[in-house]
Amino acid sequence: MPVNRLNELFARKNGPLLSIYFTAGYPEIDSTLKIAEALEKAGADFLEIGFPYSDPLADGPVIQQSSQKALENGMTVELLFEQLKDLRKRLTIPVLLMGYFNPVLQYGVEKFCKSCADAGVEGVIVPDLPMYEYEGMYKDCFSNNGVTNIFLITPQTSDERIRKIDQLSKGFIYLLSSSSTTGKNLALNDEAEHYFSRIREMNLNNPTMIGFGISDRESFRKAAEYTRGAIVGSAFVRILGEDNYLEKIDGFIRNLKSND
Amino acid sequence: MNNYQVNENGYYGDFGGAYIPEMLYPNIEYLRQHYLNIMHEPAFQAEFQQLLRDYVGRPSPLFLAERLSEKYGTTVYLKREDLNHTGAHKINNTVGQILLAERLGKKRIIAETGAGQHGVATATVCALKGIECVVYMGEVDIERQAPNVARMKMMGATVIPATSGSKTLKDATNEAMRDWINNPLDTHYIIGSVVGPHPYPDMVARFQSVISEETRKQLQEKTGSETPDYVLACVGGGSNAMGMFYHFLDDEQVKLIAIEAAGKGVDSGESAATTLLGKEGVLHGSRSILMQTPDGQVVEPYSISAGLDYPGIGPQHAHLFKVKRAEYVSITDEEAMQAGLLCARLEGIIPAIESAHALAYLEKMNFTGKETVVVCLSGRGDKDLATYMKFFDL
Ligand SMILES: Cc1ncc(COP(=O)(O)O)c(C=O)c1O
Repeated sequence: MPVNRLNELFARKNGPLLSIYFTAGYPEIDSTLKIAEALEKAGADFLEIGFPYSDPLADGPVIQQSSQKALENGMTVELLFEQLKDLRKRLTIPVLLMGYFNPVLQYGVEKFCKSCADAGVEGVIVPDLPMYEYEGMYKDCFSNNGVTNIFLITPQTSDERIRKIDQLSKGFIYLLSSSSTTGKNLALNDEAEHYFSRIREMNLNNPTMIGFGISDRESFRKAAEYTRGAIVGSAFVRILGEDNYLEKIDGFIRNLKSND
Repeated sequence: MNNYQVNENGYYGDFGGAYIPEMLYPNIEYLRQHYLNIMHEPAFQAEFQQLLRDYVGRPSPLFLAERLSEKYGTTVYLKREDLNHTGAHKINNTVGQILLAERLGKKRIIAETGAGQHGVATATVCALKGIECVVYMGEVDIERQAPNVARMKMMGATVIPATSGSKTLKDATNEAMRDWINNPLDTHYIIGSVVGPHPYPDMVARFQSVISEETRKQLQEKTGSETPDYVLACVGGGSNAMGMFYHFLDDEQVKLIAIEAAGKGVDSGESAATTLLGKEGVLHGSRSILMQTPDGQVVEPYSISAGLDYPGIGPQHAHLFKVKRAEYVSITDEEAMQAGLLCARLEGIIPAIESAHALAYLEKMNFTGKETVVVCLSGRGDKDLATYMKFFDL
């Protein structure tokens, strides 16, 4: 079984962790690894690389548009794994793949897990693959290949279900700050803080990260008060739509992580 | 006996389930735990039946179409869903779901619509109950179905254009689901067909099953037998067909025929014949048969009728197809339009172009003269007049 860089990262590193989401094949078909390298260099702690889907129903406009453009550019799951062949020659930080279930199903779930393992991808996040289906049909594919499946929870997820998810998880649990699609700004209200505290007090086996709606230094810092860190998606993908985006990555990450 | 209904895990054979992101799980789970109890409450049933009768105008007639019968050399009955309030079968489901939403304590309704029939049927029941209504409709469909947009607005609904993706029904459905993700507490999503995550396919089929329940009684009165030889219905997502098949599923001798839209021909690249062109996949929360690329991207379907222009079918249909309980066939734009004109000329009934697909299949069948055939006339053609006039240069 491959060394799980993800578990190792959570165990080793002190201080808030920053994960960045971006869509493979956006803005150019071959930009995937270039962006990944720039992110590692700039100090991102791990990455979530999105494989695009025609109907991304948990995503807001920014990630929808990046997915559509990536598909127009010709990105497929097959091509992504082709691009990731050199992943471990070029990158040391953990990498997860994130996307919707249908492209995985068509590629073949077993083959998908194996391709992840071959490429050195630590895990996947598939928001529309629910726990019941995962447990009943696919858990073994994942664990046999040493690939971890990351679950989401929201403020409406019951404690009982969170415990179940905690049992099934290896890596971390992805906390949504509120029930929302991607790209909304985190509301730093009492309700959200109450929710984060509630989760913290549950003393879960897995660490947690907050995602969806983390867009700037302030929201990142707030998230890190309650959890191991946060995931930034739409705010980063927006940068990729600008000219000279590769040159802007360093500043974007440093700004997020800076303490003043 | 074969089981064609959903099991306790939400599956019909290999199909169904609830492939939804965690954000929707609490809503779907709550619905799953309560829908049957609510539907079986005497007070619910009383109100539902009363509205179906006094507001929708049920039972809808079963009409012996004598001149069509003569033309095809057999006995053809039309189940007149076109005579329902708002002009299609869609209202059977929206009446049921609005009563359910009230009992779930929801204050806001969202819906998706393609042709606008389901949007109109939703706006209608929301006006009736004084509940806020938001309908998502593809930008392209808003243009081609302008009268229905006006009807929704007149009844106080907000119509929001879906501008993502291909800007038609599947994108409107995505937008409705996104709305629900962002408004999980106060909002109920009234899905318009037997699609979506469990329990929607089962719930919508139950609300539409009144079609076949009535048909059995009416056939008994008219023919002395509750069961016909053939039952025909068109399939977009499959709700009128599921309602029309429902109470005949266990009568294995009744041949069930589901008619899909072939568009410009199944090999033309412009088609919506899902069972022929699709493969197993997951869209909008359920595992079913889906038109898609080899890479799993959903393909945009095409049909002259906006109501059949959907890349999937409900999971129960996928199951009936797989176990061969129903036969799935397809009809082109041209064939459907000709059948619509024929029905107008022979029976004085202008059918919705969707329903005309079902009628068109009569042309392809061989009859001995002794059969009883029931065709679900799912809707009226008023919304399609512009398309008919343009097609036939009337
Ligand atoms: C008259 C009519 N028939 C059929 C359909 C297709 O839907 P379903 O397959 O769910 O019955 C529609 C959808 O808009 C419709 O308006």
